[in-house]
Amino acid sequence: MLQEILLGNLSLKALPLHEPIIIAAGVFMALALGAVLVGITVLRKWGVIWRDWVCSVDHKKIGIMYIVLAGVMLLRGFSDALLMRSQQAIAAGTSMGYLPPEHYDQIFTAHGVIMIFFVAMPFMVGLMNLTIPLQIGARDVAYPYLNSLSFWMTFVGAMLTNVSLVVGSFAATGWLAYPPLSGIKYSPGVGVDYYIWALQIAGVGTLLGGVNFIATIVKMRCPGMTLMKMPIFVWSVLCASILICLSFPILTVALALLELDRLLGMHFFTQLYGGNMMMYINLIWAWGHPEVYILILPAFGIFSEVVATFSRKLLFGYTTMVYAIAAITFLSFIVWLHHFFTMGAGANVNAFFGIATMIIAIPTGVKVFNWLFTMYRGSIRLDTPMLWVTAFFTTFAIGGMTGVLMALPPVDFHTHNSLFNVAHFHNTIIGGVLFGYFAGFIYWFPKAFGFYLNERLGKYAFGFWVAGFYFAFMPLYVLGLQGVMRRLVHYDNVAYQPYFLVAAFGALLILIGIGFQIFQVIYSVIYREQHRDKSGDAWNGRTFEWSISSPPPVYNFAITPQVKRIDQFWFDKQAKEPTHVHPEKMTYQDIHMPRNTSAGFFVGIFSGIFGFAMVWHMWLIASMGLLGVIATVIMRSFNKNTDYYISAEEVKKTEFAHFKEMFS
Amino acid sequence: MSHVIPHDERHHDANSTDVFGFWLYILTDCILFGSLFATFLVLNHPGAYGPALKDFISLPYVLIGTFLLLASNFTFALALMAFYRRQKVLSQCFLLLTFGLGLGFVVMEVNEFYHLVHEGYGWFVSGAASAFYGLVATHGLHVSFGLLWIVIMMVQLSLFKDDVINEKRFIMLGIFWNFLDIVWIFVFTTVYLQGAL
Repeated sequence: MLQEILLGNLSLKALPLHEPIIIAAGVFMALALGAVLVGITVLRKWGVIWRDWVCSVDHKKIGIMYIVLAGVMLLRGFSDALLMRSQQAIAAGTSMGYLPPEHYDQIFTAHGVIMIFFVAMPFMVGLMNLTIPLQIGARDVAYPYLNSLSFWMTFVGAMLTNVSLVVGSFAATGWLAYPPLSGIKYSPGVGVDYYIWALQIAGVGTLLGGVNFIATIVKMRCPGMTLMKMPIFVWSVLCASILICLSFPILTVALALLELDRLLGMHFFTQLYGGNMMMYINLIWAWGHPEVYILILPAFGIFSEVVATFSRKLLFGYTTMVYAIAAITFLSFIVWLHHFFTMGAGANVNAFFGIATMIIAIPTGVKVFNWLFTMYRGSIRLDTPMLWVTAFFTTFAIGGMTGVLMALPPVDFHTHNSLFNVAHFHNTIIGGVLFGYFAGFIYWFPKAFGFYLNERLGKYAFGFWVAGFYFAFMPLYVLGLQGVMRRLVHYDNVAYQPYFLVAAFGALLILIGIGFQIFQVIYSVIYREQHRDKSGDAWNGRTFEWSISSPPPVYNFAITPQVKRIDQFWFDKQAKEPTHVHPEKMTYQDIHMPRNTSAGFFVGIFSGIFGFAMVWHMWLIASMGLLGVIATVIMRSFNKNTDYYISAEEVKKTEFAHFKEMFS
Repeated sequence: MSHVIPHDERHHDANSTDVFGFWLYILTDCILFGSLFATFLVLNHPGAYGPALKDFISLPYVLIGTFLLLASNFTFALALMAFYRRQKVLSQCFLLLTFGLGLGFVVMEVNEFYHLVHEGYGWFVSGAASAFYGLVATHGLHVSFGLLWIVIMMVQLSLFKDDVINEKRFIMLGIFWNFLDIVWIFVFTTVYLQGAL
């Protein structure tokens, strides 16, 4: 009785003691975590980590934490990819491979969920955090405490997904958990519950982040920066944030209704009693399609920044670029049905959504030509960020073309749920989103840390990644056209095997690429003195983030910049206007800053406890978790000591140190 | 003091940003309710499986609840006006009245649910019933959180001397409370009036 109240359905049986692969992975994760914890204790860094990171409301630090989270989860998601590629390379004809079906199903589900929610999203929000306030000349985001809360909720969602590997199981339903398969009848275990609560918590965090960034961009721009003078990355993030606010509530509803079906025996999406499972599929894609544009728009913004900087030219067609982003933002909401043309909505409905889908190619094409014209007659420097951009052009164009192809409903009926589809969306998500974030990561790394990433290692990583991508996914197009379905744990026809072997080889090349990236970061940190950028303007940049020191001081701008035209900083440099005045000649003012707080961290932890307890039906602990969240928020609302001032003398000292370093 | 921006003006700035952000939150809540309305309309088509809602609901009963909620909105406006005239005690009284009316609405709704379940219209009987509870109870939960917020507002109104913070929170609470009223009008027409046809 007591055990049931406290532990719900949780017992030792939840541990997968009979699954050697999972146990090994669990032990590895535990060892890695243990090593980090021991390391922190030995180096006596707990205080620093708590004060300067966990409680931090500084957008730059939160951005770095988001990117670290994305990097760690990338390794997890990529291990899943390696498992799948190796299984499919082996499991042809008489061989059944080494993964049992129920485990394989969890792997492809976890791969999709992790890569979208806990790699791409945190990577994007991390780059946004790092850059947006600096580009608009602000001291922080609009709601710094909310920003910290958003991060910790995303973190907790990722951790719930990781915990499911060892305690219990993860959903085995595919990354969108379609009912009726995800209903209680066909998925009686805890897997779908883990899925629901991990995404629900992380989703609320993302939603609050979207609100935060709209408010930041609308309300916090420096004087003179009208909407049409914003850097294009700011525009792309504004539109992505609008998409977040409009689409994530739909995800919240879809997941909540699915959980009500499972928990309270409701019939929203069940087969009997008048439920309608297509309602779930409509809802989840009404979120899911905008979601892919949430991911790609900031990547487009990064490409625009990088292309202009490394071609040393004004971005071609700024205004058309803005309209193209806005058009994509609008169109992304009227195409969701193309994910299930086979639902049978009828020819007219399919025609509408097919045509709307094809129209998206027009604004996207406008953007591609704008980038090409920006490069035309520019003096191009092929540093690694620019290399990723060039790889993006060709790769994304192929992905776009296969997308337009599948926008034709008759073609889609053939390719639906086939590997052609898998190849298409990896083509756009890796070739578009991930390449873009890598470019942004290398581009803004010196801004965040004050030293470059090693170029040579970066080029190796780039080469292996791009080659690996083509080897891994081009064979899937061929297989898909031959009718091979996605998510196969085994196939009979051995004639397919060579293609799967090539795909597995591609995955290995990407593994080497990731290895080089890790090595690149480690090497650059160790030899950071050789990679140091003292100027703060690492790439001869165009926007305001390059006008201050690297890493930026906590208050970002000692004096709020003024804008008269687009790329003001670049034109000031061209006009030989003094961009850096000797601090001794300046008069600074006290700067008003938000105070660090642990409230965001505790809201995250309590919501994590709530989510875990809900998965296992531990009602007592779940209510305590929920009460903890509410109590923390209320307590925070009584705290009036939420800000402080940095004195003018201290600002002067900091600015003087940067000035000295710059001209040393 | 060397600050160029005086404290009050900074607060004023932050306040307008905060209220703007709260409007954005309300926008996301609109989408949330929109999705629930869509689900309700899809699952409650004519001839849907299961017992019909109209055999169970009593329109006059729901109308009383509706008037309680609408009246609470009126008393909230009076509370805000009293706050602007710096009549704190009067403001607190009206907030208390708002709380009472809102509580009445929630209690009536819970009572209605109780009877519906006992008379054979539980959330588990059909997809249509699930959609009914999903939509109406989400609104009820919002109102309950609003009640909690009113209590906190009353406490902070008496504790905090800083009227700038109080004003901001009062405005946000007002937006929230009004929003719930508007959502309820849609619930009343879509669920109850149409459901009674």
